Parts: sequence; C-alpha cells; structure tokens
Amino acid sequence: MTAALSISNLHKQYDNGFEALKGISLDVQPGDFFAVLGPNGAGKSTTIGVICSLVKKTSGQVSVFGTDIDENFSLAKQNIGVVPQEFNFNQFEKVFDIVKTQAGYYGLPAKLAAQRTEKYLRQLGLWDKREQRSRTLSGGMKRRLMIARALVHEPRLLILDEPTAGVDIELRRSMWQFLKEINARGTTIILTTHYLEEAESLCRNVAIIDRGHIIQNTSVKELLRQLNKEVFIMDTREVLKEFPAIEGYPGQLIDDHSFEVAVEKHQSLNELFASLSERGIHVLSMRNKANRLEELFVSLVEPHSENGEEMQV
Amino acid sequence: MNAQQQWVAFCTIVVKEIRRFMRIWQQTLLPPAITIALYFVIFGRLIGPRIGEMSGFSYIEFVVPGLIMMSVITNSYANVVSSFFGTKFQRSIEELLVSPVPNYVILVGYIIGGVARGLAVGVIVTLLSLFFTHLQVSHMGVTVAIVFLTAVLFSLAGFINAVYASSFDDISIIPTFVLTPLTYLGGVFYSISMLPAFWQGVSQANPVLYMVNAFRYGLLGVSDIDVVWAFVIVIAFCVALFVYSLYLLERGKKLRS
Repeated sequence: MTAALSISNLHKQYDNGFEALKGISLDVQPGDFFAVLGPNGAGKSTTIGVICSLVKKTSGQVSVFGTDIDENFSLAKQNIGVVPQEFNFNQFEKVFDIVKTQAGYYGLPAKLAAQRTEKYLRQLGLWDKREQRSRTLSGGMKRRLMIARALVHEPRLLILDEPTAGVDIELRRSMWQFLKEINARGTTIILTTHYLEEAESLCRNVAIIDRGHIIQNTSVKELLRQLNKEVFIMDTREVLKEFPAIEGYPGQLIDDHSFEVAVEKHQSLNELFASLSERGIHVLSMRNKANRLEELFVSLVEPHSENGEEMQV
Repeated sequence: MNAQQQWVAFCTIVVKEIRRFMRIWQQTLLPPAITIALYFVIFGRLIGPRIGEMSGFSYIEFVVPGLIMMSVITNSYANVVSSFFGTKFQRSIEELLVSPVPNYVILVGYIIGGVARGLAVGVIVTLLSLFFTHLQVSHMGVTVAIVFLTAVLFSLAGFINAVYASSFDDISIIPTFVLTPLTYLGGVFYSISMLPAFWQGVSQANPVLYMVNAFRYGLLGVSDIDVVWAFVIVIAFCVALFVYSLYLLERGKKLRS
C-alpha cells in the first residue's frame, strides 16, 4: 500500500548552521492517526514545514500518497491540509472570506467553494460568525477557523501542529471528537502535540523526535508496553495513619484517606488488592499519578538533554 | 493544477486584492483623490495662469497627464508593496505557499491587483481633472497601453520591495527616497526642453520621464521624447522585473526558510 506520507533520510540545515533534522525517516499509512512528539526545538515543526513547502529541505525525500514533492509538489500539495501552530490568517478578513479564498487557491469553483465553506464552518460551529472579522474571534474559534480552512479542499492528509495549544478542556474534547470523526471517514491525520494525553487518546501510532533524530517510531500501545512501572493513587474508605506497607510495593501516604503505590510491570494488581483487603483496607477509587505516556516520554527524552536544559512536554 | 484550476486561483487572488483596497477605500482611494485635487487647484487655478503656456498648452492642460500618471505610479506600487508585505507580516502568505498555486499565478495575481488600484485611482483623478480643464485624447491606443504597462511595472517594483522588506520602515524607504524624486523630476510639472542640455541628458536616464511623456503624447499629442523608445524601455523594465520577481518567488526569498 502506498504510504500517505513517506519521509526518507530528511536533512535540514538552516542558514545559521543549525541542523534541525539529521536524517529522519518515517512512514505514515493511509487512514492512520499519527502523533509526532518531541520537546521544543526537536524538529517537529521543521518536518511539517518541509512537507508543506514552508521550509526548504537540505536533502532527503518526501512523498505524499506516492507523489515525490521534488517531482510534482503541486499534486502533493493538493492532498495536504495544514493547521499551523500560530494564527496565520488575515486578521481583517471575514471568517467566510478566509475559508472561501483558501478553497479558491486549490482551484475550487466559486459555487463549490461557497458550499464547502458553509459545510465546514457549520461543522466547526463557526457559521454564526461567518460575517465577523477574524480578529474578533476568541482563541478557540480562531483554531477552529484554521481547521475549517485546512479542510475546505478535503485533503487526504491533514497535518495539525499543536492544534489544541491554549484551548480550554471543553473545546479540546470537542475538537478531539471532530478529528476522530474525520479520521473515521478516511482522512489520514498527523498531529504534533505537547499534550501526551492527546496523543494517547487519539493516535494509533507515534514518532518521538529529539534533536533532529527519531528516537521512537511505533504504536502507542507498543510504546506503553515499554513502561516498566506505574504509580497509582488509591483513595480508601478507612482512615490511614501510615502507609500500609506491603512487600514489593513501595509507596507513601498522601493524606489520611489516600496513598500512592508503585506497581512494576510483572506485578499483579490482584495481589496488591488482596494484601490490602487482608489489612482491612477498602479501595474506593484509583488513578494513575501521571499520564503514562508522559512518564515514558520523559524517560526517553531526558537522557538526551544537554546541560541540564529543561524539557517542555 | 490544471489550467482551469489555475484560472480560479488567479481570480481568487485578484478578487481578494480588489476587496482589500475597496474595504479600506478611505486609505487607498480617497487620499490620492484629495492630493491630486489640491495639485489641480494650486497648479491649475492659482499658479498655472501666471506660468503661461507650456508646449503649446495651458499649464493645467500640461500637468494633468503627468498628475494622472503620478497617481497611477504611486498607487500601483503602494498597493502591491503594502498588501504583499502585510501578508508576510501576518503570515497569511502561508495560505498561498502551502497551496498548489504556481508562483507565476501568485505573481500575476498580485500584479493585476496593483494595476486595478492604479487604474481605479487614475480614473478617479481623471474625472476630477474634468472640473478644472477640458481633457482630450489624441491617441487612445497609446494612452491605454502606456498607463497599463506603467501600472504593471510599478506593481512589479512594489512586489520586489515587499519581498525584501523586513519591517514597515522598509516599505516606505523606496517610495520616499526613490519613487517620489523620480516622479517629480520625471517631467510631470515641466518640459525638459526648459532645462540646460546637461540636465536634459540626466533627465533622460529617468524611466518615469518616458512614461509621463508617452501618456502626455496619448492625451495631448506632444512629448519630449520618442514614444517608441518609451514603450521599448517600459516593456524591457516589465520583462526584467517580472523575471526577477519570479526568481525571488522560486527561491522563496524571505518567504521560505
């Protein structure tokens, strides 16, 4: 099957000498929901920039649904929709005009462009705002406007660069639902994100980029299997005076009704619950202390950080 | 993109450009009309009668073609430089760069947008001039061709300025220090036959002189220079600037990192 996106040995060195990409290779299959993770400056946005022609590659190959961008970038671009990280539309244009104009850039005749504009503005809850200047929209509406604009030519590959950055939880959830729906309808989606929960909830496969290299390229499930230890927080019915010491399960008391406990991959939660029952402790609820993918991400990326530089995830 | 899709994309860019300058008509169409009306009042009614005839015409008749051309030059240039730099500044140029629109379609779209504003202002100024003088057209073909080519040329120049510009200061330097002196010294207000031989020679190195005089020839039938040369020079400039603009787009100069 022809890959939706195929990147081979991609290098990018900027004019100032900074080498952002050091030979990355990546395949994304049609219909996939693919996450690209990495700390700031890892090369995620540069990779997206190369795919959609905003960044000139130094060497390497990129093809979109089998079309090499060096041979027919115009055809490759027909298949791509891009939602950038920062707002990049004319702040003085009306919402409707922004989306319809983008449809025109892809050669859609005026009538079809207007129909598609209405369709996607309605789907993204912006139809009522169609006559407003884009600068008057809230941050979340502006993000949805960029998604509508990216979808108006109905691309087979949708690339989103941190689409939910700065978006409130309710809106983020509704955007996730929308992205799941268009993915279910057959659109291949690639997203970069700082929210590991987002990648875990939405994506089937994931690549982690760090300092211009891909250090992991696998399924989200496989990645989570690499997690050796998980820390759970348990809330109890009984009042606790101290951490209920159980051999092989280290932990600590949080307050008089909850404690945290580490469970290694080979250990059984049943054994843990049995030991707690023997001590007369009833667990009312339990949850992960941190996002599992986030723990793994930090463990993968941290060893590469230079000079103790803080990583943002 | 096939030819039909490219045509749609081209029309989209042109419509967007026209919509932009029509939306802000108070900044794009009104000021040049007021400025040129003041020129008509001062040079036509107040000072003009004291100057007397020039090249066989009253002074107001003589300066009207130059003033129309001056407004076409400044507005076609200003439209493209401000619009294209604005899209760079707001990063909305990325909408076009990620799309499959060929570079020559982008370029021609912006140029026609600049020509549209240049000609719109030209028509407004021409209509205003009718309040101050009788306007004749001696050579319609020359008049239309030279005004169109001049608008194309200065739209291209504005485009190149916008590509290189990194700040709003950069888009005002060329109009202030290059365009305005060339226009004022380009035979708008006087015939170069009034100048000493040396300065006549210097003036002939000014491309604006050829455009203004060719336009004056189209309207009044008189010119300080050979009109054929004017067309050769303007077309040569248009071709050279078009090729260079396209080269800048292909290279992604200050557009793609």
